[in-house]
Amino acid sequence: MERVPILKIGDILLVSIQIDMEDQVALQLQEDLADRIVATGCHGVIIDISALDIVDSFVGRTLATIAAISKVLDADTVVVGMRPAVAITLVELGLSLPGIRTALNVELGMDLLARERGEDDDEPDDEDEDEPGASAVATS
Amino acid sequence: MTLSADEAARFAALLEENQEALVAAWTDRVTTSLRGRLSHAELQRQTSEMRRAFQQALAGAAQDLTTEAAGELRAQLADLSATRARQGFTATETAVSVFALKEAVLNVLDGSDATTLRDYVAFSSFVDEAALFTFDSYVRVREELIADQAEQLLELSTPVVKLWEGVVAVPLVGTLDSARAQVVMERLLQTLVDTGSPYAIIDITGVPAVDTQVAQHVLKTVVAARLMGADCIISGIRPQIAQTIVALGIEFGDIATKASLADALRYVLAQTGKKKGR
Repeated sequence: MERVPILKIGDILLVSIQIDMEDQVALQLQEDLADRIVATGCHGVIIDISALDIVDSFVGRTLATIAAISKVLDADTVVVGMRPAVAITLVELGLSLPGIRTALNVELGMDLLARERGEDDDEPDDEDEDEPGASAVATS
Repeated sequence: MTLSADEAARFAALLEENQEALVAAWTDRVTTSLRGRLSHAELQRQTSEMRRAFQQALAGAAQDLTTEAAGELRAQLADLSATRARQGFTATETAVSVFALKEAVLNVLDGSDATTLRDYVAFSSFVDEAALFTFDSYVRVREELIADQAEQLLELSTPVVKLWEGVVAVPLVGTLDSARAQVVMERLLQTLVDTGSPYAIIDITGVPAVDTQVAQHVLKTVVAARLMGADCIISGIRPQIAQTIVALGIEFGDIATKASLADALRYVLAQTGKKKGR
């Protein structure tokens, strides 16, 4: 079975999915990622899906689960590079991937993570003001 | 009923001998049918060229329009229909220009013997064929025009413009149906990917009416953009539109809506400024 590589860049784990996301692959990624977060102590996870043509409901749910697991392990997850066609299909299917933060590309994803980290160190009242600007889909 | 070789030859001679009378009668008929929308001189030039083309085709023993000898005639007819179609004449007015030849020929014919009648019927069916060909060309040109215009309209009506570093805007103009909404959505999302802009402003100033369907399309676009990691702001909501939206019970949820494009841009800049500040 194919495996998705997980790369460590500074304080961030980068997962670039270049193969077809079959259910087994998705579950394996979920396990591997949890192990790696604990092993490396990273505080950010970027999942690049720009090579994915299809995101079905199972993959969508797995991504949400990964985000939740990472959160428990004190790491923020950002899904980046979703293709327009994929986004349109998900909207047509009524799947809005609740609980997943997204960014247009890896660079913006890293910005987003850096900002989140910065916010955590800031005073709590500042945090509220910035909420609408973040590209979260949790509320949609 | 096709034209036999000697019938064709006889008519070729007839068209040659009586060319002046023919062109005059023909031009008169066409001028009347077009009610002076083209000048007499212009029409005279057209008809005399057509007469020559008919004469050449018949002299080349063309039995119907598909033969090689009628090539020049076909080109002339196609040209005539294309010009008329572009100038906005109706299909009837275009076809009458060809049919008028029949009457002109009848005037110069010597109707004394029985063979003349048979000749005339054969010739007449040849002219009918020519007129039908004109009709076909006319329709084809018109369809091309319509297809071109539809494409231009779609191109025109869905520009995605870059307003600022990291901010793109879609000024929507005209009624938003499903086909257009799809084009707008795809183009906006593609532009977001290409430019890496995290903000998009959808300006609906030019949308004449917002019903639930239009709102649905806009909402879908916003949700799709969010899935990709970009934030959308809806701007250009006119007073009546705001009332309609509320009356219809359309919920924009937590999507930012602004009255004008300027407000939307100011809002986005404030957002980005706040982020840069950190």
